Amino acid sequence: MTSTADHTVLEDTPGHDHEHHHDAGGDTVFGFWIYIMSDCLLFATLFATYAVLSGSFAGGITAKDLFDLKFVAAETALLLLSSFTFGMAMLYAHQHNMRGMITWLCITFALGAGFLCMEMYEFHHFSSMGATPQTSAYWSAFYTLVATHGLHVTAGMIWMLILFVHFYRDGFTNANLVRLACLSLFWHFLDIIWICVFSVVYLMGVM
Amino acid sequence: MSEQTQGHGGQAHGSVKEYVVGLLLSIVLTVIPFSMVMLDAASSTVILGVILLCAVAQMLVQLVFFLHMNTSSDQIWNTASAVFIVIIVAILIIGSVWIMDHLNHNMMMGH
Repeated sequence: MTSTADHTVLEDTPGHDHEHHHDAGGDTVFGFWIYIMSDCLLFATLFATYAVLSGSFAGGITAKDLFDLKFVAAETALLLLSSFTFGMAMLYAHQHNMRGMITWLCITFALGAGFLCMEMYEFHHFSSMGATPQTSAYWSAFYTLVATHGLHVTAGMIWMLILFVHFYRDGFTNANLVRLACLSLFWHFLDIIWICVFSVVYLMGVM
Repeated sequence: MSEQTQGHGGQAHGSVKEYVVGLLLSIVLTVIPFSMVMLDAASSTVILGVILLCAVAQMLVQLVFFLHMNTSSDQIWNTASAVFIVIIVAILIIGSVWIMDHLNHNMMMGH
């Protein structure tokens, strides 16, 4: 973190935790943060598309007919809890407590899997009710946006599995902790995107 | 072992308390818009405003409590890039909706 060092000299803020410049992976985590910011742009384009097409049902089945808010609330609960449990896993990781970290990561993984199952069931249900991506511009935009989020969650879960192998093989090396910190950013980011999805797509969709 | 990390790493990595507070705030900010829409508690304009407010508030809550974002010099570039992206995203979304709305409107006029 070269930039940080410069700022410390310039601003001379007393009493801050400068002893935490331990990770040589600080640049890696910052680089990953930049990636996440660019991922925000990807989602922003999909949200803009969705907003523009939000009334284009082509006379077919509408969002109001299909959305079930209780179901979405359950999905939201799973993802929100998984964000919390990942935080707990991070705390145990910083204590170098393998058992605690793996336990919380497994819970996170299970919650993520639950979320994905619910989403796939929902897609299946919508399709069987006659709302496929081919039905109208609205449903194309809906599936693109929500499934892109789902694909990110899937990627995060595959990454988690790979990290299990890394930690099992090498333990708490600096490289592994940096990888875990990046995944943590990614996972919390997906939760934040989901806030936008349930607010804009589902809550506004049924109004 | 646990005491050491609680006190020491609290600032940089968060603490149990921080995550619990973040979780509780997120739950409250999720339950409010969901229950308002489900119970149809107010006029649609009011509900729309509440949904947007709660969404923005919850995003901030998660950024602060889960991602430990702050304005310390440690994080200045993370925050700066985030602010930059928020501006770009706002231009992208508001601009798209605005332009396409006008386009729709003008196309209607022709008929």
